[in-house]
Amino acid sequence: MTSTVETSPAGVPDFPMERAAGRPFDPPPAARAKQEESALTRVRLWDGSTPWLVTRYAEQRALLSDPRVSADIASPGYPSPAPLPKDGGSRISFILMDDPEHNRLRRMVTAPFSMRRVGAMRPAIQQIVDDLIDELLAGPRPVDLVDAFALPVPSLVICELLGVPYSDHDFFQDNSKVIIRRDAGPEERMAGHAALTGYLDRLVGEKEAHPADDLLSGLAVRVTAGELTRAEAAQMGVLLLIAGHETTANMIALGTLALLEHPDQLALLRESDDPRLVASATEELLRYLNITHNGRRRAVVADIEVGGEVVRAGEGLILANDIANRDTSVFDDPDRLDLTRDAHRHVAFGFGVHQCLGQQLARLELQIVYSTLYRRIPTLALAGDLADIPFKHDGSVYGVYELPVTW
Amino acid sequence: MKVTVDEDRCCGAGTCVLLVPEVFDQREDDGVVMLLEAAPAEGFHAAVREAANVCPAAAITVAETA
Repeated sequence: MTSTVETSPAGVPDFPMERAAGRPFDPPPAARAKQEESALTRVRLWDGSTPWLVTRYAEQRALLSDPRVSADIASPGYPSPAPLPKDGGSRISFILMDDPEHNRLRRMVTAPFSMRRVGAMRPAIQQIVDDLIDELLAGPRPVDLVDAFALPVPSLVICELLGVPYSDHDFFQDNSKVIIRRDAGPEERMAGHAALTGYLDRLVGEKEAHPADDLLSGLAVRVTAGELTRAEAAQMGVLLLIAGHETTANMIALGTLALLEHPDQLALLRESDDPRLVASATEELLRYLNITHNGRRRAVVADIEVGGEVVRAGEGLILANDIANRDTSVFDDPDRLDLTRDAHRHVAFGFGVHQCLGQQLARLELQIVYSTLYRRIPTLALAGDLADIPFKHDGSVYGVYELPVTW
Repeated sequence: MKVTVDEDRCCGAGTCVLLVPEVFDQREDDGVVMLLEAAPAEGFHAAVREAANVCPAAAITVAETA
């Protein structure tokens, strides 16, 4: 691992960039250097294309709110993070569509993620977390926290919400991993996607016949009413299933590691029962770690003047939210993890109409985990050296593959 | 202060409810914003302005009146 930047003959740096050795929680230094120079700069992708990297907070928010900017992966110039299958591949539902179609589909699944509905899940989530900690404490040490806790928490929660049997978790977790691995080949990713889509398609079919009180049953009712095809319902199910656990699981494991490496901050959480501190700590960890480290991807559909440049129709945009969350014009001393700061303006969930649908659920899960795990296991410690932890440099979502802990 | 919301633009992220649940709520059937108080008390003004600022869909408009 080095912190040097690969530069093509034309002087345009390659993207994604590498993090610095020994700085696993910080964005790539080369990206921060570009941010200091200008709000927009060119980068080179795997396919030789040179989209704009939007480096600063204000310009990212402006562009992600701009109707001349498209999230549709089929728009000319869209900077694809990896090769697409030859047939263009299947879109992972509405996150890769524009309004009005995006809005129509997103609204069908928004209600279960509202503040009120998510809040009602608090006792159930607390129970899931407590039960898993009971199992941890009764089991062997050291243990891999990813496998034994970080992944099961959100997986159990999203299964409950969607109405997916948790007993199938090996199947859908294995396929999710392939889909979000940056270096997986297009055919491999498509196979993983097809397996999950087929699985959700069958589940929606079963729920058409026997609807229950869960999100997939809500979609099944719409399929029966002709508002949605079963294929669309299955696509949405795949999206929510993947998004529902890969993200939160990584925030639990990476967040725990970051806290173990900042013992003064961990002590604040462990010794406080103030829900305001738990809430600010959660926002700060979201800001500081920003696990969606490949940037939001968009295409320009009409020329826009922004940040001293004109971005042209047909050009690609990469909005690097990891470095926006370290923008000194918004956050004081941004490289410091400070659980007491007010970090709520972070863009870890993105910005614009595509901003994370599940953010209130993610917040609640993280608040419950961060306020429970370290109080119940106050001597929690890393079993081994930070240098040996395998980080997900190759993932579209950053985190750790394993986190051996003891107490 | 006079607050208006654009239900068509709303993407149901819930950021406004998170900041000021006394002024904003979400519809039960589709999560779209509901304005509980179009003329909130002065104590809520700063939080309402912030809710408009962080609304990802720019669906909240705040008019400052005397």
